[in-house]
Amino acid sequence: MAMSDESPTPAAAAVAPLTPVLTRRWASPRSWTIGTYEQLDGYTALKSVLGGPSPANPDQLIELMKNSGLRGRGGAGFPTGLKWSFLPQGDGKPHYLVVNADEGEPGTCKDIPLMMADPHSLIEGCIITSYAIRAPFCAIYVRGEAIHALRRLTVAVNEAKAKGYLGKNILGSGFDLEIVVHAGAGAYICGEETALLDSLEGRRGQPRLKPPFPAVAGLYACPTVVNNVETICSVPPIVLGGAEWYRSLGTEKSPGPKIYSLSGHVTRPGQYEAPMGTTLRQLIEMAGGMQGGIPLKFFTPGGSSTPIFTPEHLDVPLSFDDVAAAGSMLGTTALMCFNETVSVPWAVWKWLEFYKHESCGKCTPCREGTGWLVQILRRVVTGEGTMADLDTLADAASNIAGRSFCALGDAAATPILSSFKYFRSDFEDLVTGRTAPVVSTHDLVGAH
Amino acid sequence: MSTAHHRIGVPEFLRTGVVFDQLTQDRATELIGRYPVPRSALLPLLHLVQSVEGFVSQDGIAFCADQLALETAEVAAVATFYTMYKRKPCGEHLVSVCTNALCAVLGGDAILRTLTDHLGVAKDGTAGEPGETGSITIEAAECLAACDHAPVVTVDYEYYDEQNPDSALDLVQALQRGEKPHPTRGGALSDFRTAELEIAGIFGDTPEGAARVAAEVDGPSATEQTLRGSHLAEQNHWQAPVMPEHVDLPPVPEKK
Amino acid sequence: MTSTLPAATSPAPQDPPGLVVPEGHVKLTIDGVELTAPKGELLIRSAERIGTAIPRFCDHPLLEPVGACRQCLVEVEMGGRPMPKPQAACTQTVADGMVVRTQLTSPVAEKAQRSNLEFLLLNHPLDCPVCDKGGECPLQNQVMANGSGHSRMVDTKRTFTKPLAISTQILLDRERCVLCQRCTRFSDQIAGDRFIDLLERGSSQQIGIATDQPFQSYFSGNTIQICPVGALTSAAYRFRSRPFDLVSTPGVCEHCAGGCAIRVDWRRGEVTRRMAADDPQVNEEWNCDKGRFAFTYVGLDDRLTKPLVRNADGVLAEASWTEAMSAAAAGLATARDSAGVGVLTGGRLTVTDAYAYAKFARLALRTNDIDFRTRAGSAEEDTFLARHVVGNTPETGGVTYTDLEQAKTILLVGLEPEEEAGILFLRLRKSWRQHGSRIYSVGAVKTRGLTKLGGILVPAVPGAEPGVVAGLADSPVGEGLRAAHAVLLVGERAAEVPGLLTAAAQLAESTGARIAWVPRRAGDRGAVEAGALGSLLPGGRPVDGPAARAEVEKSWGASVPDRPGRNTGEILAAAAAGELAGLVVAGVSIEDLPDPTAAAKALAGVGFLVSLEIRRSAVTDLADVVFPVAASVEKDGAYRNWEGRDRPYDATITGKGTLADARVLDTLGVEMDVDLYTQTVKAATADLQRLGAFTGPRPTLAEVPDRPTRPAVEEPRGFLLATWRMNLDGGSLQDGEPYLAGTARAEVARISAVAAAALDLTDGSSVTVSTARGALTLPVEISPVADEVVWLPGRVAGASLASTIGAGHGDRVHLAAATTKGGS
Repeated sequence: MAMSDESPTPAAAAVAPLTPVLTRRWASPRSWTIGTYEQLDGYTALKSVLGGPSPANPDQLIELMKNSGLRGRGGAGFPTGLKWSFLPQGDGKPHYLVVNADEGEPGTCKDIPLMMADPHSLIEGCIITSYAIRAPFCAIYVRGEAIHALRRLTVAVNEAKAKGYLGKNILGSGFDLEIVVHAGAGAYICGEETALLDSLEGRRGQPRLKPPFPAVAGLYACPTVVNNVETICSVPPIVLGGAEWYRSLGTEKSPGPKIYSLSGHVTRPGQYEAPMGTTLRQLIEMAGGMQGGIPLKFFTPGGSSTPIFTPEHLDVPLSFDDVAAAGSMLGTTALMCFNETVSVPWAVWKWLEFYKHESCGKCTPCREGTGWLVQILRRVVTGEGTMADLDTLADAASNIAGRSFCALGDAAATPILSSFKYFRSDFEDLVTGRTAPVVSTHDLVGAH
Repeated sequence: MSTAHHRIGVPEFLRTGVVFDQLTQDRATELIGRYPVPRSALLPLLHLVQSVEGFVSQDGIAFCADQLALETAEVAAVATFYTMYKRKPCGEHLVSVCTNALCAVLGGDAILRTLTDHLGVAKDGTAGEPGETGSITIEAAECLAACDHAPVVTVDYEYYDEQNPDSALDLVQALQRGEKPHPTRGGALSDFRTAELEIAGIFGDTPEGAARVAAEVDGPSATEQTLRGSHLAEQNHWQAPVMPEHVDLPPVPEKK
Repeated sequence: MTSTLPAATSPAPQDPPGLVVPEGHVKLTIDGVELTAPKGELLIRSAERIGTAIPRFCDHPLLEPVGACRQCLVEVEMGGRPMPKPQAACTQTVADGMVVRTQLTSPVAEKAQRSNLEFLLLNHPLDCPVCDKGGECPLQNQVMANGSGHSRMVDTKRTFTKPLAISTQILLDRERCVLCQRCTRFSDQIAGDRFIDLLERGSSQQIGIATDQPFQSYFSGNTIQICPVGALTSAAYRFRSRPFDLVSTPGVCEHCAGGCAIRVDWRRGEVTRRMAADDPQVNEEWNCDKGRFAFTYVGLDDRLTKPLVRNADGVLAEASWTEAMSAAAAGLATARDSAGVGVLTGGRLTVTDAYAYAKFARLALRTNDIDFRTRAGSAEEDTFLARHVVGNTPETGGVTYTDLEQAKTILLVGLEPEEEAGILFLRLRKSWRQHGSRIYSVGAVKTRGLTKLGGILVPAVPGAEPGVVAGLADSPVGEGLRAAHAVLLVGERAAEVPGLLTAAAQLAESTGARIAWVPRRAGDRGAVEAGALGSLLPGGRPVDGPAARAEVEKSWGASVPDRPGRNTGEILAAAAAGELAGLVVAGVSIEDLPDPTAAAKALAGVGFLVSLEIRRSAVTDLADVVFPVAASVEKDGAYRNWEGRDRPYDATITGKGTLADARVLDTLGVEMDVDLYTQTVKAATADLQRLGAFTGPRPTLAEVPDRPTRPAVEEPRGFLLATWRMNLDGGSLQDGEPYLAGTARAEVARISAVAAAALDLTDGSSVTVSTARGALTLPVEISPVADEVVWLPGRVAGASLASTIGAGHGDRVHLAAATTKGGS
């Protein structure tokens, strides 16, 4: 098994296997109420920023985020402080903060529990971030189906407002902020930040041309920061603990704790907050091993859009750079674990049905290509495919990857390209009849 | 493979002749007022009309267009993009079964098959008369962001975690009897239209609504799965490094 | 092809001598060719300039980039580092030092483009042989040139029901659609009519309309023209012909004063379709649906082909040209020598035809009683035209379409551009959207058209406009007008309100804003220039100016009457009173005249009536001699558009034996012993050009006497009527095109909510509008208008308001809830 080249930082060696920061209040009674939150240091970061005799300089907060090394938790891992610093200052336009809470990447299930269990940490993060980027309006774009998270957030906003943490002249600082909790309506593509912005503007959630980037022309064509829930929730602890403390967790290039979401054929699936760079082997161990002792066959490091890994990647430190070096992406640390009973072509077909269903339709390769791949895969999994089909799959997927308008097209090609890398023979066995069809034609069920 | 030709028809919205009442008008006005630009309220408004009608009708489209000074085509363009907007009247409850790869492999496909067989309708079909107690619309859903609880079913978007064909069948049969089993995570089950009102962003603007939301908000949200990491850390006294007593913010960097 | 461009694989060995990079430009390399490009230019345009066509479907130079079709992918290298993915040339802007490899030199780009074509064809029907676009289809052309010979698609194609009528005119075939969004972007960005949009998502995504609102845009036909496949077709043209069987001839649209360049496609002596032609200075690449589809009137059954002469039995009978000429000449000479003859030319003539009438009136009929207006005229307007309009051209500093894009403030007076000057409307919208112009409109109704211009209504109830305009000098509007490049656009309707033209002109003079006059018809402006006006001789020479008159007399070699002529209303009144013994009438519809009843009486009663027309009409029915004349498409000529720009064109349909008005008049002149020298367009143009423009002093506004233009209708306590004509209103040039007629706006009466409540009316209920002369019933549309105002379309159910209720703009009318449902 390959080991990572990036050795853990000295500080990391001393830290515990699990390091609850974002999840540390989750088990507290009625953790979602402002009372519990305040008892457990809630809003002290905000008070330290805005509550003193003279409020902090917003640029100090941007500098703090840069120093902390916090990287976006939505999947791409872009440095958060740098993103904030891109907003033009003194341009006379309002600035906006938009929180991407449109969790929907298959395998990803961290933001919704976070918002349900600890909504105030998101609110506090929003207030501090909005102050840092000088935004008078913040929208939390929550996946429409996440009704309980919407409820908790809405009530939390009202509680915060009643306490003077939101609204006019927050804590006497002169800073005004409104937060709107906004529900989406069922479209995976809205997790793409520019599609999210179009959706938040009341349009079809189709990605926008970049440039201009949201930092220059985002919501209502004004400078906008779009950050993931987990990213924003990381802000209050960073303000309280400082950059050095934050960097004592994780790897040098991927500092901080991370919520790893284990799902699938592990004994105890769930949310495990551990330092960045923890390996799947360590996580599976904490989760009680593989279910029934059946060995792992493949897993996604960060959702279905990240190239799959195999048991040989069990010891890859799950940090942005280590995973990239091993040929995948950290994504949302959604670790979907599939054991040896699972047919790879079947899983790939299922995922392609998903991408076809969620393709927004804007660009040709993704709109037409995902449909075509699904048609071919349906034949492959029902035993009606040919070897030529496999060549077509590989070629068509490579014609989508890097040619589509946004990353959804790349993501759709990913399961095919990565599974062909490790498991092409599984496909060949299906089309040559060496293995039986995994699905009968009439069982082609699903959302599709 | 089937070679039967299915021609895709014209997207259509039913005409119902509904007149949206003053309360709905007021709610629309309030929603619009939340945003710097009115059009941002379009998604909430479409949820709002679903809370009234249980789906989006042509009249609902026109209502939204009127409120926001849009063309009806622009509203239809949005309404047909998102899967949560239904174009046929929804049952009392909307049952969604995740059939994405992970849930499917753990039983999601089997659950969907069991439920559609039981209800005697295809996916996206409705068993029973929409609007009547116990009527159910069943759909296959994409990833519902509860993968640690797979396979997952939601009813009116409340989570019923770790289902299997038998438990899901029990659940649906209970719903058909007019019962409202409490979700694993979420508020007490109401119905699709009430859920849509909350999703629209209206939480308790009437005395009854306020009471309901106050009760719902305390509904369970964290299961064993959710808290596994937390509990394991607690048991082992694992924690993040202690924060320093006091940290100053870094100075403002020199302008380059 | 790679082998023909060896330089592409390595940097150019040396800088081409003389490749200087101008200010605001960058230097880049495309396929080994070094070039400079203005900053911000899209790669696809830069490549075009060196002759490299990068294939594209969604890209359109007049639409905002979208990058949706992905056909134009190229490889790009920046600062020596290749960008990781191929870039869309239609969205990637140039940068200094950029190295670009198109399909000509990059295997990656070539494969990306070829595979994209494969994706586009996966679900595309193989119906090219029956597709209207076949033979002129960008997709077909691309596939023929670069596509694969066979398809790897073995599964079932996606199919849609087809075709859908998204308006009575536009048909949508969704299977052929490549979802480039040109049509939706055109409707959104250019026309502002967001009636079509994307529906559904992913592989079900499609173009569509809302079920309650068809694609009723006046500009919908442009979407057919820019559709890169055969997804959008017109009911009028569908399955009519193959493009390669048609002959294309450049033309100029005859429908309004816009002067759009068009392309006329025809075969076997018949026009098959019309397209917008590309004229960046005028219509860019657009036209309105009337200009595109309304051409069938030429071939209707009531077309006149032979002269008609009223015989001894009083019956109009076909006659030879010789007979008709001598009958007309004799009759006109007699009438001239008794009480005199007046000439009404209508507004649809070419410049040379109008000139022929102007000259014929002065020399053959020895009168200045000639008017091109089929509407109320006034001395005020005559002065306005003489002072502010005639002679102004793009060359002499007149306002142009392009100028509107520089104007930060534009004031509209008596002008509803969307209805009355379609292509001007599009340019105004562009001016607002792209250049941030502020557009104000003085009027009684905040219209949809004004909203689409981002416009601000300066409220003025009918009749009060002059005071409102006068008051603008000291307002933010006046402030805007004082800034550089400001423009005041005055519609011909301003003449209906006494004092309004004067007020507008004074506002322009006091603020320094430039002013332009926008008439409705294609021939109006040319008629002013040609002297088809009682007060003006050709070139803007005042009849009452001895020096000006002398110039004309010298050029013509004949004397010109010195008494200024009567206007249309006065000519008709004189004819009715026996003060004129004869009339020559060109393309005039009686019901367009301010008082149709009186006009019909005058025409019926006048001693001798000669009519020159293309189709039978109420006028030809009353005439003593009728000459059939050529329709616009059958003759050479030129229109002068509102800018004063000459829009010459050649005949498209020849060999029909039809003659232009100028040719007929030339012969008639000979018959009356007068040489007009207007036998051909060339001769007439030379004759007119020899005269040149008038260089003497122009009249001043102070000389304008205030007087009403039309007797007021007595309805003292009624609503004030505001009205103008709609773009599509059943006018005679729209005859024979039912699909176009189906896209006309609904005819409604617009009143305020307060007025509706007072009358116990609701949106959609029927209201009866009446005067002492008549009544009509229409559905109500509650609108942002003043409470004392009712707005009506200029024509209802194919009849003018003048003919039904005898009322015009500014008159008082009575409103009441209709007692029975239904139309007028």
